[in-house]
Order: sequence, then C-alpha cells, then structure tokens
Amino acid sequence: MTIDTASSKSTTKDQASMQHEVAPQKSVIRRLLDGPELMIFGSLIIIIAIFTVMAPTAFLSGINLRNMAIEASMMMILAVGMTYVIITSGIDLSVGAVLVFSSVASLIAMRATGSDAPWVPVLGLAVALASGAFWGLVNGLLIARARLTPLIVTLASMGIALGLARLMTGGVDLTGVPRSIVTSIGIGRIGGIPVIVLIACVFASVAGIALHMTRFGLYTYAVGSNEQGARRAGIKVDRHLISIYVFSGVCAGLAGYLTLTRFSSTTISGHAMDNLKAITAVVLGGASLFGGIGSMYGTAAGVFIPVVLASGLIIVGLPSFWQEVAVGIVLLAAVLLDQYRRRTRSS
Amino acid sequence: MTTPILSARNIEKSFGQMRAMQGANFDIHEGEVVALIGDNGAGKSTLTKILSGVLQPDSGEIYIDNTLVHFDSPLDARAHGIETVYQDLSLAVDLNAVQNLYLGREIASPGLMGRLGFLDKALMRRKAQESFARLGVRVPDMRAAVANFSGGQRQGIAVARALMWAKRVVFMDEPTAALGVAQTRNVLDLIRRVRDTGVSVVLISHSMPDVLAVSDRVTVLRHGRRVATYTTSTVTSDELVGAMTGALEREGAAA
Repeated sequence: MTIDTASSKSTTKDQASMQHEVAPQKSVIRRLLDGPELMIFGSLIIIIAIFTVMAPTAFLSGINLRNMAIEASMMMILAVGMTYVIITSGIDLSVGAVLVFSSVASLIAMRATGSDAPWVPVLGLAVALASGAFWGLVNGLLIARARLTPLIVTLASMGIALGLARLMTGGVDLTGVPRSIVTSIGIGRIGGIPVIVLIACVFASVAGIALHMTRFGLYTYAVGSNEQGARRAGIKVDRHLISIYVFSGVCAGLAGYLTLTRFSSTTISGHAMDNLKAITAVVLGGASLFGGIGSMYGTAAGVFIPVVLASGLIIVGLPSFWQEVAVGIVLLAAVLLDQYRRRTRSS
Repeated sequence: MTTPILSARNIEKSFGQMRAMQGANFDIHEGEVVALIGDNGAGKSTLTKILSGVLQPDSGEIYIDNTLVHFDSPLDARAHGIETVYQDLSLAVDLNAVQNLYLGREIASPGLMGRLGFLDKALMRRKAQESFARLGVRVPDMRAAVANFSGGQRQGIAVARALMWAKRVVFMDEPTAALGVAQTRNVLDLIRRVRDTGVSVVLISHSMPDVLAVSDRVTVLRHGRRVATYTTSTVTSDELVGAMTGALEREGAAA
C-alpha cells in the first residue's frame, strides 16, 4: 500500500465533498466521476434534443420511436447479462453466438414437433433458455473452476456455438417460426407499445432490482471489487461467478427466442457484432472493465445512445457511418474517464 | 493459571522443501494482548494463517477452551469467534463501509422480501454506525465507496469489522505498518479498548515500540518454533531482539 501520498490526496477530496462552500466546483466534478451514469444520461438527452430540433416530425414519429425502442430492447436483454458479467470484472464475448445457437436449437425443436399446438412455443422458449444456460454453464465452469481468463473462454465458446449453429442449419437460415408467436410477440403491441419492448423493460427492471437491492447483486460487486476479500468474507465466489455466466447465457437465449419471433426466421449471420455492442453499452453506462462498478440504469442509457445516433443521423441526412465514429469516440471517453476516476482515488 | 482460550500444540507445516512450522506452540488467554514477533521467515504469518483457518497444518492440534478443533476454512475459525484483520485489509473497495462491515453476514429484510434476497439496509447502517461510534472509528461518509477513503480510514473500517464480529480472538497482521504516528496511536488505543471488552488480540508486528506499548505478553518465533514468551512489563527491546536472532533460547519459559 502506498498510503502516505494517497491519503493526503484523498483527505482533501473528502473535505471537498463534505464542505461544498470551500470548493464547490471540485465536488461537482467528483460527483460526476462517482456517478458517470449521470453524464451518459445527460449526453443521451442532449442527442435526443438535437435530433428533435433538427427533424421533429420524422425523429419523433411513432414508427421511428417504436423502431428505436425495439432495437434498443433487443440489445438491452444482452446488456443486462453483460452488466453483471462486467461488474465481476469478467467479459462475455459469446453472447451473440449463443443467441444464434439458442434460436437455431429452439426453432429446430419447434419444427420437430410438427404441430402448432399452444405448448409448442413454450417448448421453444424452454429450449432457447436451456441452450443459453448450457453455454453459460460451460463458460462459468471454465472461468471459475478451471481458472481460465473470461476473454479466451468466451472467445472459444463463441466460435464453437456459432460453428455448431451453422452445422445444424447447413449455414442457411431456417424458417417456420410458429405464426402465433410472431403475431403475439414479434409484431405484437399492447397499448401501442411493442411487446418486445415491454418484455425487455420488465426483464431489465427485475435484473436491475436484483443487482442493486439484493444479496446476489451485492456479492456481484464484492466479487468484482476484491475476489480474495469476498472469499475470505465467506462468499462462495466460484458458485457466484458460474451463476452469473449462466445468467448471461440465459439472457442470450431469451434474446435468441425474441429474434425468432421478430424476424420469423433464424438470423445466423446477423449477430457477429452483438457481443461488442453489448459491451459498448455497458461501458458507456459507466461500468468499469476492472470490475466492481456499474449500474443497470447506466446500461439502459448506454444501450440507447448508439441506437438513437444511428436513427437520428439517417433522418437528418448524414451518412449513418458517423454513428460508428461517434460511438467509438464516446466509448474511448468513457474508458478514459474510468481510468481517471481510478487514478484519482486512493490506492 | 487459567485455560487458554486458544492454543496450538506442535504445529508442523511445510511448503515443498521449506519447513515453515516446526512444532510451534502458541497460547492466548482471555482478554489478553499477545504480540507475535520474529524475524522474516520465522513463521509469523504461517502460524497466523493456520490459527485463522486460511491454511491447514500438516500435523499438530488447535484447542479452543481446551477442546480440540479443526479449521477447514476461515469460516470455521469465524464460527468460533476468531476474526482476522489482514495486512491488505481485505476490503471490497467499491462497496461502502456498511456493506464491507456486513459482507457475508448481511441482515435480510423481514419476511418474504428477505427470502427473496432483499437486505435491511437501514438496520445495517444503524448498527454499523453504533459499532463505529463505540470503537471510535471515524467514517466520513457511510454511503461512499471505501475507495475514496484514506489508508487510515480504511484501516479503521477493517479493524472495526473484525472487532464487531470477534467473540474470542482477533488476529491483526501488521496493523500499523502503513500508518502514520497519529493513526498508529489510534489503532493501539483500539486494541486496548478491545482487550478491555474481554476479546483477546494477537498482534503481529515488526515495530518494537508498538509491541512494548500495547501487549501483555510477547511470543517470539524463530525457525517455525516458539523460542520464548515474555511478560511485556519485565522485558526489554534488546532481550526481544536477542530472542528473535537466536542469542537467547528459552522455549516454554513463561508459557
């Protein structure tokens, strides 16, 4: 520990945050550093405001709002699991491939029944979630028990899952999704709001409450913050890590099922960038790749920024390629900020 | 002589070719501060880890109140009221002081909410505040991540956590190594206050002034063995150094 230099620095910081009248600016900066999700929410609101002013009718049209919400919802479901994973200081590159694998397995199971009974979609959902859980379990066991690094483990399982999905389909997308779930979920709306959006909202809310208010969530932060310390405190770290990778897999399984209902076919080659998009959203939302820091509401804001940029830029007539440039810059800013935040606190 | 609340007999432990513990003995009585000293490699931290359940001895016995016990993990030791303040403090720095104090032992909300995993944050904060006040540990902001605190403040939280849960013995591994003069005095005061509540303290330290200032007895380890035990009030710094380096050998003298 290098307490001596660090402690003097942080003592002045503590005083600054406690005595607003002495150094008000410093305390504002400190609060923004401690709550980066405020910044990302602010940026999101500014972006929305700009597009609203530039093209109010097109940007705020019902169809555009719905499309943005659906796009963000699909990504949010992956980002929910990724938030947990990144808070443990892990990473899950396999989510897009697991999504594809789960949707393929689910659709093959549903088609194999040769029936359109009401229980078939339920079977499909169960197969999708179970496939996701299976890949999450593989990841979790290799990371927690065999102590391999998450980056390599999930890179490998990404390749295996996607390869197997292609083998099962011969590389050609399958169709034959039961019409009932396409109409009720994929293009269904309740009170004008797409069902997929409602599902994502409920799912993210429950996962967010679990993260921020329950013992499970607390242990997630503790493991990411100090794994050995968590172990000494009696937390079953291995089991916790495994369950978090299983949860991330289940998120991918759910997202896979929802893509089936949305496109009424598998979309094998459409998810190569999903893992990086989910990671981007979580990091934009203020999570730290070093673990211990992150929030579900931050992730929600982080999911919307790329989506709103993509749609808004097209509407105002700029090439949508600017979206990739802008998201890259914002991502760099978020990581730099995290680095700065870590350097300025003691030790 | 009363029975020791924690004692170790003939502890052996090897790491490959290295024999870290070669038949070490150790005793501590109720409400006593025992300093554990020795040169680097004498086996202080190995003995501490064995007595706090982190390591398991190859042979030898551990007794609590004269009853033979086995510690398979730190949790077993904790169940017997033995807590450890690790040298690295073992805090989850992204969590706040209350969360660290209760980590692994959270208070669940009453009823169904509790069974769903929800925690009674208000109750934990109140109890944590009481503990910090009782122990005289200053926490600038109960809601801020511990990462924002100074080394001394973190030390205070780690010590408070151990003292809050310890029923019998607290092991403190170099608690003053990284602290300034005033903070060191605070920690030593804290050790005395703990002893006055009846909890025993094992102080592992390199600092002779600290050892002489706060301990009741001093146990000296050398080459994985207890070579001497002194009553602090009648020993000099020179004698302790002599025992550490091997100029004196008095195993069992005052055990």
